[in-house]
Order: sequence, then structure tokens, then C-alpha cells
Amino acid sequence: MSSTLYKNYLLQSEPNKFSLDNLKDGEMIVNMGPQHPSTHGVLRLEVVTDGEIVTDVAPHIGYLHRCFEKHAEHMAYNQTIPYVDRMDYLAAMNSEHVWCMGVEKLLGITDQIPKRVEYIRVLVAELNRIASHFVAIGTYGIDIGAFTPFLWMLRDREHIQRLLEWVSGARMLYNYIWVGGLYYDLPIGFEKRCQEFIDYLQPKLDEIDTVLLENKIFIDRTANVGILPMDVAINYGCSGPMLRGSGLKYDLRRVDGYSVYPELEFEVPTGTGLVGSVGDCWDRNYVRALECRESVKIIQQCLDRLQGDHKRTPDFDPQAGCPKKLRTTGTQELYFRAETPRGELGYFFRTTDRSDMPFRCKGRSPCFSNLSVLHEIAKGCMVADLIAIVGSVDIVLGELDR
Amino acid sequence: MEAKTGEGGIVITKLDDLLNWARLTSLFPMGFGLACCAIEMMGAYASGYDMDRFGIIPRASPRQSDVMIVAGTVTFKMADRIRRLYEQMPEPRYVISMGSCSNCGGPYWEHGYHVVKGVDRIIPVDVYVPGCPPRPEALIGGFLQLQEIIRKESIRAPRAVQQIMAKRAQ
Repeated sequence: MSSTLYKNYLLQSEPNKFSLDNLKDGEMIVNMGPQHPSTHGVLRLEVVTDGEIVTDVAPHIGYLHRCFEKHAEHMAYNQTIPYVDRMDYLAAMNSEHVWCMGVEKLLGITDQIPKRVEYIRVLVAELNRIASHFVAIGTYGIDIGAFTPFLWMLRDREHIQRLLEWVSGARMLYNYIWVGGLYYDLPIGFEKRCQEFIDYLQPKLDEIDTVLLENKIFIDRTANVGILPMDVAINYGCSGPMLRGSGLKYDLRRVDGYSVYPELEFEVPTGTGLVGSVGDCWDRNYVRALECRESVKIIQQCLDRLQGDHKRTPDFDPQAGCPKKLRTTGTQELYFRAETPRGELGYFFRTTDRSDMPFRCKGRSPCFSNLSVLHEIAKGCMVADLIAIVGSVDIVLGELDR
Repeated sequence: MEAKTGEGGIVITKLDDLLNWARLTSLFPMGFGLACCAIEMMGAYASGYDMDRFGIIPRASPRQSDVMIVAGTVTFKMADRIRRLYEQMPEPRYVISMGSCSNCGGPYWEHGYHVVKGVDRIIPVDVYVPGCPPRPEALIGGFLQLQEIIRKESIRAPRAVQQIMAKRAQ
């Protein structure tokens, strides 16, 4: 392509961060996305390359901006729950959980939630966390050339979706957790089926380790690639497996101890640099795989308690605690955060007096902060490694752009 | 079949039928996910539903694909790109609009200031799949519907020519 043609081509597309005049000898600007099989949605990356080496990269976002904040400010708190689902569509239960806990705190009804409701919430959220991590690890396999793990993991994810469909009626976007309660109680026989599923899942988790994470090619592609030091991760506000992969033991389920998590036993896995250095792409994926095991532990404990102390009773109504009118009193400001599979998801509310919708609502997305560190860790890597790095960040564009 | 075609027998068919049969049994969609529906689309490609059975294999480039599945919310920023991708696809090309968002704006209809209210405002759509998100079965149903559309085509009046004529007539 001649230089004028190339210049015109660049001008046609959306505004660029890098300009052709500032390029060094041999450098060129390559546009990756928004339609690219490995950007996990509609992310556009503007990459300055010197041959095969990435010298700079800038992500361009906003291709899936779905106006979440506007919706939250124009609808009642309980009407916003479906939009919260659609923000982080891989982990809808977790997002709902955060939103509902935040609104309950605004209304001051946090301590009135029955224990059974809390355990069911944690149970479904952890099931969804496993499903989300399965998609993350499976599609990461596709990105760097392993197709089989994707098929295996989506096969197992399908079981989780069927369980959650039985609970809520929807496969992906549930609207199950309501402010002050739940849509329904668990269906009869759910505990047994869920137990069967967990027993089925545990050997499958070992299988993932064998087929993907311990694979020589996978290790060669991901170990020592995209190393994120802990101080950089903290400075950029990274959270979730991204931060834990860098070695910091920071999990909001433990730090904040919301819901019934303080009563449950589980470990917070961190990256240790088992095959490369601490904070590389392999570590981040390994943390996700370990978290699946921890989630299984949590689900087991929830199931035990739902069949023991907080057993199903005929007169138990999960909708009993749902307030008829979600009116907040007085001007309040509240930031509520919790751990989703991708990290710290938070909602900031500012309410005016006696209104059923927030005056201002902001979503703090973990993917946004996690992606912002990209130019720090991707400088100097190969183009193929850039794919590996973007995949290991595990972005969900719906949440990133909101 | 063996009895009829064995020993150098012949099969008599119409050219239309042959071309349509070839087209409808190897529909290559573009691997192009926009939002939530893309996850269900992935589920339909993966082991649970396995769309490979229908000859549906995702391709990475629009130049190699026959079908575009618009799976998810179309925003104004993305609309330009979708149009450009559609124009890069070779004829005959088909579009499946998957999910409420790309059908009509869906839940973002009222307050979505950055959402295109239906992808059919940008590109012509052949099959609409309702749902938010549609189940993989629904997407497969959409593909079967598209196959029926292709089955009725004729080489004497290609769709592209028909579309141009229809536009001129307006």
C-alpha cells in the first residue's frame, strides 16, 4: 500500500491516538478489531508495530456502550436488575448480587434478609462464577490455538446453565436475585442435582489442568508473557484474578466479608510463578482454575447448610422481604463493591429524598481498570503475545463499556 | 440411490437445486460477536448444540463467509463497522439478526441513546431470531429458516439483482 493510500485509510477509520508523523523508522500502525476473533467482543486495539514487535498499544472502547447509567437513573431500583445482568453477561448472578446488596444497604434492610436467601444467593453466584471462568479459560485456549478445551469446558458450562435455568427460567441473564429476596425458592430436588453436578465436576477440573494448563505448548505460549508486577497492578486499580495472579492475596469476599462469606471456608489462590514468573498470563489463568475449585468448596458448604440448618420449609417465602416501594429516604451517597469473577464490581449511588431511582449511579467496572494496564504490559512483546495478553485479562465488553 | 447411480448411472437435477443444495448445506457465518447473544452463539457452535452438523462453521474473515449473524446490541459507533463488514462479504450474502437488541433495540429501546434501534436500519436482514438472548435452539431454528429461503432461490433471478431492481423501482 502506498503511503498516501495508507494515510487515507487511517483517516477513514475512527480517530487514532498515534499519528503517522511521530512514528520511528520501520514502524507502522496496525488496527486490530473491532471485528477480530480474539478480542472477546468489540474491542479495538491500535497497535504500533516494528516488524513483529509491539512498540505501543492503545485500546479504543465504546463500541458496546449501552447507556447503563442512564437506564439506572431513569428506572426504579428493581427494574434496573435486568440491565445489570446485561452488563456482565458472563456472570449475571454475581452482578445482580452486587446491585441488590447495594440497594439493600441504601434502604437499610441488609440485616433483614433471611439466611436461607443469602445462602441461595451465594450458591447461584458461585455456580455462575465457575461458568464464567470456564468461558474465560476455554476461549483463552482458542485464542492461542487449543480448540479441544473450549469444547470440553462449554460442555460442562452447559450443565451449570441448565441448573440455573431450572432455578430462574433463563439460561444466561437471570433476573433471579431481587432486592430484599429472591424471585423463587430453589426448585424441589435442586440440592440433589447440584450435588450430583459437583461430584461430576471435580474430576473435570483435573482434566482441565491436564489438557490445557499443563500442556507444553500452552506453557510456552503463556509463561513469562505479559508479566504484570504487583505494584503496577495496584497502581492501575486492577482487581480479581488479574491482581491475584500478580501475587497479592486480595479478595473482596474476604476483605469486605459481605453476605455469608465470613461463615464459609475457602482459600484465596494467588499466582506463584509456578512455571514462569509471578504475574504472567499463565498465572492469571491458573488462578482462575484454582478459583473454580474454591467455588466448588463454597457450593458444597452452601448445599450442606441449605439441607441442614436452613432447610426448606413450606411457609418460606423468598419474596416476603421484598419492599413494595423502594423509596430511599434522605440524600445518601453510597459506594458498594463486591467480587465478581473479573474483580471488584462497584456501584456508586447518590439518592435524592423520597425517590425510587438514584439521582446518579455509576458502575465501577473491573474490566475497565484491568484493561487500562494493557499498554504497560504489552510494550515490547510480539504481536502473537498481544493476543495472549488481551485474552488473559478476560474482558467482557458489556461491562467495560457499560 | 446405489441401485440407480451404480455402474455409471446419472442423477438428473436442476442446476438451481444443485447450487441451492450446495449453498444451504455449507453456510459459513462470520465469527462476529457483539454482546450477550455472542455467548449463546458460541454455545451453539460448541459441543452442546454443535452447529457443525449443519455445515455451519465460523470463519474469521468476512471475505470467506456467507452469513453474518448480528449477535448483540448495535451501537452507533459500531454501526459504521457493521455496514463496512457487510459490504466486504461476497454475494450471495445473508444476514441473521439475533436477539431483541439487533431486531429492534430490545431493552435499550427507550433510554438507549447510543443504540441503533434495529440492525435492519443499516443492512438488509433475512431472518430475525427473537429472544433476549435467544437459546441456541432458536439460533439453529433461524438457520433452518434461512435454508428454506435459500432453497427457493433461482439462478435466473439472483437475489442481488432482485434487490437492486427493487431499489430502482422504489
